[in-house]
Amino acid sequence: MAVDVLYFAWLRERIGQPRERIETRAATVRDLVAELVALDEWHAAALSDLAAVRVALDQELADLDAPLAGVREVAFFPPMTGG
Amino acid sequence: MSARVQSESFDLGAELSGFGAGAGAIVTFSGLVRDEGGRLVALEIEHYPGMTEKALAAYGAEAAQRFGLSDWRVIHRHGRLAVGEPIMMVATAARHRQAAFAAAEYLMDWLKSRAPFWKREIGPGGAGAWVEARSEDEDALSRW
Repeated sequence: MAVDVLYFAWLRERIGQPRERIETRAATVRDLVAELVALDEWHAAALSDLAAVRVALDQELADLDAPLAGVREVAFFPPMTGG
Repeated sequence: MSARVQSESFDLGAELSGFGAGAGAIVTFSGLVRDEGGRLVALEIEHYPGMTEKALAAYGAEAAQRFGLSDWRVIHRHGRLAVGEPIMMVATAARHRQAAFAAAEYLMDWLKSRAPFWKREIGPGGAGAWVEARSEDEDALSRW
């Protein structure tokens, strides 16, 4: 399946683009991260410390073990600093 | 009862005109850009269009239900904001002050750690570091 993968803040900068379309067989977010890390050194660097990465699936916060079935949009970003 | 995400500034007084009509208590909070001892000239705020609006509306509705609010408003800005400019505001209206204060604190705690905004420091020499999330802000959520 294909998913839109979005990046924000320093993840966007390290990867060098705000979004990309990825063909994936990943069952969970964690599986997708493994596929992304294998793409190139920029993805690997951005996603090296998962403790510093938050995830949203179709614009709802989710965790790394959440299933990807039916998901169209996956976003990765640092801990939020609103307010 | 509304949530807005916008780049333009807002006028706190104008926002409160007609807000919470009939309530016994209105609490407002507004956050401004600090200069951090002269280190900063501005903040650049990035957000996740689409998710941000949904998250703010959801946290507002949750606060309304939990604290029995008769009205609420959340405004959060994005883009480049100079020192002294307003970043965001929350307003809560309830029958009594305890609920209005608690709901405003609740909304602030959720906005800080669960609304998809990211701040970057802008110093006199240009763009600086991304602001790091504070563990105290994360811990504050546990009281709810």
